[in-house]
Amino acid sequence: MNPVTGLRRFVDRNGLAISAYLLVAVTLWMLAMIILPQLFMLDFSFRYNLPPAKIGGPEDVWTISNYAFLVFGSSGNPDAYNWIDLSVFFRTILAAVFVTVFDVALCYPIAFYLAQVAKGGFGRLMVLCLIIPFWVNEILRAFAFRILFGATGVINTVGMSLGLLDQPIDFVGADIALYAGLGYAYILLMIFPIYNAIESLDHNQIEAARDLGAPWWRIHYRVVIPHAKPGIASGCTMVFMLSAGALAAPQILGGPSSLWFTQIIYQWFNTGGNWPRGSAYAMILLIACIAFVMLMMRVFKVGLGEIGR
Amino acid sequence: MSANVELDGVWVQFGSFTAVHDVNVTIEGGEFFSFLGPSGCGKTTLLRTISGFQEPTQGVVRIGDQDMAGIGPNKRPTALIFQNLALFPLMSVWENIAFSLEVRGVDKAGRRKRADELLELIALTGQGDKKVSELSGGQKQRVAIARALAVEPEVLLLDEPLSALDLKLRQHMRTELRAIQQRVGITFIYITHDQGEALTMSDRVAVMNDGVLEQVADSATIYDQPETAFVASFVGENNLIPGKVHEVAEGFAVVDSTIGRLRARLPRSQRAALAAGEDAYVFVRPEAIHILNGAGGDGFDNTVRAHMSQEEFEGNMRHLILDGPGGNEIRASVINAGRGIGHGLGSDVTLGFRAEMTVALPKGPVAAERDSDAT
Repeated sequence: MNPVTGLRRFVDRNGLAISAYLLVAVTLWMLAMIILPQLFMLDFSFRYNLPPAKIGGPEDVWTISNYAFLVFGSSGNPDAYNWIDLSVFFRTILAAVFVTVFDVALCYPIAFYLAQVAKGGFGRLMVLCLIIPFWVNEILRAFAFRILFGATGVINTVGMSLGLLDQPIDFVGADIALYAGLGYAYILLMIFPIYNAIESLDHNQIEAARDLGAPWWRIHYRVVIPHAKPGIASGCTMVFMLSAGALAAPQILGGPSSLWFTQIIYQWFNTGGNWPRGSAYAMILLIACIAFVMLMMRVFKVGLGEIGR
Repeated sequence: MSANVELDGVWVQFGSFTAVHDVNVTIEGGEFFSFLGPSGCGKTTLLRTISGFQEPTQGVVRIGDQDMAGIGPNKRPTALIFQNLALFPLMSVWENIAFSLEVRGVDKAGRRKRADELLELIALTGQGDKKVSELSGGQKQRVAIARALAVEPEVLLLDEPLSALDLKLRQHMRTELRAIQQRVGITFIYITHDQGEALTMSDRVAVMNDGVLEQVADSATIYDQPETAFVASFVGENNLIPGKVHEVAEGFAVVDSTIGRLRARLPRSQRAALAAGEDAYVFVRPEAIHILNGAGGDGFDNTVRAHMSQEEFEGNMRHLILDGPGGNEIRASVINAGRGIGHGLGSDVTLGFRAEMTVALPKGPVAAERDSDAT
């Protein structure tokens, strides 16, 4: 179908007014809200950080120095590479992977239970219990986790008063608070895609596998997980992207020694006053995340189209 | 290996609803046994009880003389074929068939070999690498059978597996199923609402209604000698004529019915239940009713005058709908021998039927109008 007949059919089906609205709204949204700002960021990332007076002047030329900075650091750097920023970058990616894996392990059983086992009222109650906490805003939830995990927090206080702990555990310093906070922040984005995928699985398939002698783990490994793979992939993609790009939770729950890559980006934009470098760092994070997700999809043989389902 | 299946006082209750009501039956090893009944009669629940997906509320299920209480479906010597087959769409045909071997840790070469043998049994040699979605309905059916047989079950349970197929294929699969059963020699327990399937394939049929086993017998006995009003009305076409018992003697009852006094056979099991003065239903099959040409009874025990109002011509049979006395509609079927029936529509005729072909049963629940897809 060529684009002209496609467009004509689209207009015939929806009428002129609705078609025009859909086309204009989607185009505007894509262009004005997504593509243009990112293009500006991309442009920024290839420029020097100049005072406003010099912008557009002879010194305003393209450069890759902002990208090079992440790898090699400033020219006065005694090391060959910018290990401080690079290590934060890789640790952020690794931590986001960890949060994602932790969320899959946590959410798959819940999603399976909701989709195939829970019938009626109890299942709905569980879904409500999952959703309602998210009415509380993100910052508040992060601070609540601080209260829970802090040195004088609920867990340490209770543990000490019961005699289970000799001295308070430094959950924040060990990043446990951060992982717990990030893991909890995105569980809905993990549960619902997996839930949708598992719900569409015919329950007879599970019974058939069981009838053919399969123990529970093989039923999951051979029947449920292959069926739920697009949902798992979709959940993982969202949780990974959002954890790698999270700012509030690392800011509030991160230990004093641990920095999230987004915090560095934030510093360049804000206190550092260097937007081009911040843009370059943000671009690198974006591209690295996309590349990593694509790689994982290749490894687990999931198509992009399947995720959209 | 085939095992017998014994249901001993089995009850299944869901809250206050009784799905299976005190079922007692022994299915012999190697038998093709059908549970026949309308939807919602509890037959699927009973099958799930045998396969282990449902624990009986009361009673004992024994397979091969072993009590199955507390033994899960994956540990029973049974295999279940689901109504929608429940093949695994993400596995190839041979992987589907060999799934139970994979579970048992058979290596890949061994699994493939066994799958190929089973593919040969179901006449799908060389199709093992196809996807399930590439098969036709009848082929999927056979793959489901092969997958179940791969476990080497002692009892194969089938939950209306033919209901999704079209009529021609369904009839073909009946023959096929029966042949496979005879080849593998294991016990088949078949669930269906389609009496044609039950009667043609089974060694014995159990007719079920409202969770109760109405009658267990071979196909001919079920059809010719129904023991309850439900069986008589559910299996095959039947004329139901209500009445009251006038007298009972020597295995026959004389019933004062709404079309006159009729003499009818009284099944042995119902002799105690039907005494003079009791309400009764008299059943006579359309094909047992003859249209008489002479005015006399011609040796028929029962004769009735009726008005021919309609005819349905079906090729091999002519189905006549007649208005009998007391506003009763009587259906009579005659074989089309090419000679016509000698009477036109609108004429009054005498119908005759023998007492042996007429049965008197205690008044009781009867089958609702049958679904149109039943044959």
